[in-house]
Amino acid sequence: MAKNSNKIKSKSTADRIFGAAVIILSIVVFIAIAYPLWFIVIASISNSNLVNLGKVTIWPKDIRFYGYKQIMDDARIWRGYANTILYVVAGTALNIAVTMPAAYALSRRDFKARNKVMLYFVFTMFFSGGLVPLYMTISSLHLISTKTILIIFVAVNTYNLIIARTFIQNSIPEELYEAATLDGCSHFAYFMKVVMPLSKAVVSVLILYYAVFHWNDYFNALIFNSKAENQPLQIVLREILLLNQAFASGNGGVQGGYGQSSADQVKYAVIIVSTLPILCVYPFIQKYFEKGVMIGAVKG
Amino acid sequence: MVEKKRAGFGVRTKRYWARSWQLWAMLFPAMLYIFVFCYVPMYGVQLAFREYSFTAGFTGGKWVGLKYFRQYFESPMFFTTLKNTFVIAFTSILVGFPAPIILAMIINQIRNKTWKRVVQTTVYIPYFISVVVMVSLINIMFANDTGVIANLLKALHLVAKDTNILGKESAFVPLYVLTGVWQTMGWNSIIFIAALSSVDPQLYDSCKIDGANRWQTMWNIDFPAILPTIMILLIMNMGNILNVAFDKVFLMQNSLNLGASQVISTYVYTVGIKSSQFSFGAAVGLFNTVINFVFLLITNHVSKKATGTGLM
Repeated sequence: MAKNSNKIKSKSTADRIFGAAVIILSIVVFIAIAYPLWFIVIASISNSNLVNLGKVTIWPKDIRFYGYKQIMDDARIWRGYANTILYVVAGTALNIAVTMPAAYALSRRDFKARNKVMLYFVFTMFFSGGLVPLYMTISSLHLISTKTILIIFVAVNTYNLIIARTFIQNSIPEELYEAATLDGCSHFAYFMKVVMPLSKAVVSVLILYYAVFHWNDYFNALIFNSKAENQPLQIVLREILLLNQAFASGNGGVQGGYGQSSADQVKYAVIIVSTLPILCVYPFIQKYFEKGVMIGAVKG
Repeated sequence: MVEKKRAGFGVRTKRYWARSWQLWAMLFPAMLYIFVFCYVPMYGVQLAFREYSFTAGFTGGKWVGLKYFRQYFESPMFFTTLKNTFVIAFTSILVGFPAPIILAMIINQIRNKTWKRVVQTTVYIPYFISVVVMVSLINIMFANDTGVIANLLKALHLVAKDTNILGKESAFVPLYVLTGVWQTMGWNSIIFIAALSSVDPQLYDSCKIDGANRWQTMWNIDFPAILPTIMILLIMNMGNILNVAFDKVFLMQNSLNLGASQVISTYVYTVGIKSSQFSFGAAVGLFNTVINFVFLLITNHVSKKATGTGLM
C-alpha cells in the first residue's frame, strides 16, 4: 500500500516538472515570436534616435508619426498598393474560376480519364522546365512587363487543386448528384447550383491561400516585369526597404545620425502599412487555417 | 426512349460523351494553363542542349549536346553554388523540420485553453509576412550597431563584440535557417497539431492505468500517432530540397556574404535572365531539377523500406 502511494507521488512529481517545462517552453516560444512583431509597432511611432540607442524596449517613447507622414506623401507606395490590390482581386478571382471547375471534374468518380488527368497535373509538382525556358515562353507570348502576366501567373496551383478536389469528393454526398441527374441536371448546372454553394469552406481556404500568395508575391514581378507602372507593393517595398539601405550605407551619402534614423522610422512604418491589411483580416480567416491544412492532408 | 431500351456499346459511349464533354470543358482552362506554363517550358528544356539564337527560339538553335553542362561543371561557380545549395538545404531540413513537430507537441500539452489559443494565434502570424518585409526585418534587427537582436546576442557573449552579423559569410546560413524557423514553425505545426488532436482518447486512458507519466505518454502515444504524417512531409520536403527558396536567399545576398549565399537558383537568375545567357541558365536549371527528382526518389524509396509509408 505504502509502495503504491509512493509510486503515485513520484509520478505526479514527474508530471509536475513536465507541466512546468511545457509552460516555460511555450512562454519562450511566445516571446520569441511576438516580441519582434511588437518591436516593429513601437519602433514605428517612437523617436528613431532612442530606438537606435536601444532605449525603446517595451513601450513606445517620445511618440511621433514622422514615418507615417512620409509614407502618405510617397506616390510609389500608393501606386504599388493599387497594383497589388488589382493583382490580388483579379488574380484570386481567376484562380477560383479555374481551380474549382477543374477540381469538380477531377472529383467525379465516373470520369474515366480522371487518374490520367490527375497525373498530368501532379507531374508538374515535381518536374519543371526551369526558370529560363519559362521566361522565354512568357516572352514569346509577349507577356513580359504586362499586368496580364502578373494576374494570370499561377492561375492554378496543383496543391490547391488537390485540396479542392479532395473536399468536393469527401464532403458532398453522392446522393445529391444522383438526385440531380434524375432531374436531368447537367454537370454545369450541378456544379453551379449544388457544388459551389456547398463548397464555401474550401473556397474560403483557397481564397486565403491564393490571395496571400498574390499579396506577398515579388518573385514573379521581379522576373517578368520591368515597368515601374506595373510594380506591385512588394517590389516598391524592396526598393524602399532593401535597395535604399544599400544606397545609404554603400554610398556613405547620409552623414550623421539624423538622415539614417528618420530613414529607419520610415522603414518601420512601411512594414506596418504593408502588412496591416493581412493582419486585419487575420482574425477572420484564422478559423479556416486548420480546416485548409486538414483537407490538404487527406490524400486521395 | 426507344433508343435507350436497346442501348448498345456505341450508344453508351455516345451517352457517356454527351455528359462528359462538360467535364472536359471544365478542365480545359486549368489544363491549358498547365500546358502553356509548365509543359511548354519543359519542352523548352532542350534549350540547354542548343546554341540559343534570338530568331530561332527554343528549338531552332544548333545542337551542342552537353556543352553548357560541361561549361557549368568546369566553372568555379559549380562547386560554390552546389555546396551552398546543399548546406542551406540540409541545415534547413535538419533544424527546420523537427521544430514544428516539437512545437506541436508542446502546444498539444498546454492544459490552459486560453493560453493555448494565444500561443497558437501568435505563432501563425509570421507566416503571413512577405519575404521582402521578412528580410528587411532581419536587416533591421541584426544591423551592426543598432540592431536589437544583434546587440542582445553581443551582450550575452554569444557573438563576438566586433562582428557584423549581416556581412559575415559564416553567419549567413544560421541567420537564414533560424529566421526561416521563426517564420514557418507555427504554420507548419498546424498539420501536426491536427494529427495529434485525432489520437484516440482511449489510448491516453489506458496509458494512465498503466502508470505512465506525461512524458512517457507523449513519447509512446503522441509521437507514433503523428509518425506517418512526419514521414509523408519529410519525403515531400526532400523532393524539394534543392529548390532552396530563391526569394529569401536573393534578398539576403550582399557583396560580403556572396561566398555563402550564391545558390543554384540565384545563379540561374544571374546568368540566365540578367546576363541573358539563356542556354547556360537553362542547363544549370535542368541540373537542379534532375537532382531534386533523384532526391525525391531516394527518400521515397528509403521511407518505404523503413516505415512502409511512401508517396509513390
